[in-house]
Amino acid sequence: MKRPRPEPVQVVKQRRDGALRALVSGVPYIQYLGISFDRRGDELTAVLPYRDDLIGNPLLPALHGGATAAFLETTAIIELAWSLLWEEMEEGALDPTTVLPTHLPRLPKTIDFTVDYLRSGLPRDAYARARINRSGRRYASVHVEAWQDNRARLFAQATGHFLMPERDA
Amino acid sequence: MTEAKAKIARQFVEAIPHARALGMRIDDIGEGRCLLSMDYDLRFVGDPATGVIHGGAVFALLDTACGAAVMLHPAAPAGTATLDLRVDYMRPATPGQRILAEAVCYNMTRTVAFIRANARDEDAGRPVATATGAFTIESARGPERAARR
Repeated sequence: MKRPRPEPVQVVKQRRDGALRALVSGVPYIQYLGISFDRRGDELTAVLPYRDDLIGNPLLPALHGGATAAFLETTAIIELAWSLLWEEMEEGALDPTTVLPTHLPRLPKTIDFTVDYLRSGLPRDAYARARINRSGRRYASVHVEAWQDNRARLFAQATGHFLMPERDA
Repeated sequence: MTEAKAKIARQFVEAIPHARALGMRIDDIGEGRCLLSMDYDLRFVGDPATGVIHGGAVFALLDTACGAAVMLHPAAPAGTATLDLRVDYMRPATPGQRILAEAVCYNMTRTVAFIRANARDEDAGRPVATATGAFTIESARGPERAARR
């Protein structure tokens, strides 16, 4: 039995990156904070480029706890939305060209979000990755880790629960 | 509330670049208590389908109100930082409406302040979010803690 020829790599990449870009660019607050997402396969890393107006303590200086929390919550929501999108995209159930900033898949809603501030956020770029610990039909539990210069030295971590968007049966 | 306290609160919030960027304003203060508010802004929308403000913006408002409440405690700490903060999102904030966050520092030890807070929009009877958390207390003696990372 002959396997079908795999798709050219650039076609696959273009499709996945396009879907991710549409998802992220559609949310004004993500654009306002300047958050972007690096993708390696299905793994996402969120990047928060440093900006002076993210500072919460000008004396240290340190990032605002609210900016850090928003960064982590955004990372969790995009990870969840992306995991749904990825599944549908890989199954061929979703045409990624229909993922436009004006026609986004419904986003998960935050039920609760708890942030641990482990050390002060430095005036530098920050990175975060989310891990979905449990994703059911209705609820999901997500853990997020954020670091700056050193991957092993987290400056914040968070855990949250989310209400998943209704899926078309 | 003394004029001095009001000045502390105003300076605390005005000196925070991120609070200024989000347009936060002090509406009322008390002993270990602070009421902050933030205008609805299209840049802060988290769900483009509904126009609802992103949870992160509400979190930032609550966090700032909590920090200000710690600073306004009669024990008068020299500084504070968030140790942890949990926010429960009760309902989406109504698009177009101003959001208010009220924080109370209900207990303070030598080293830790405990706070509770809630956020609401014009429908004051139904909270948008509640928060609970712990904050550090920086003593007036100096920046040794801040310097140590």
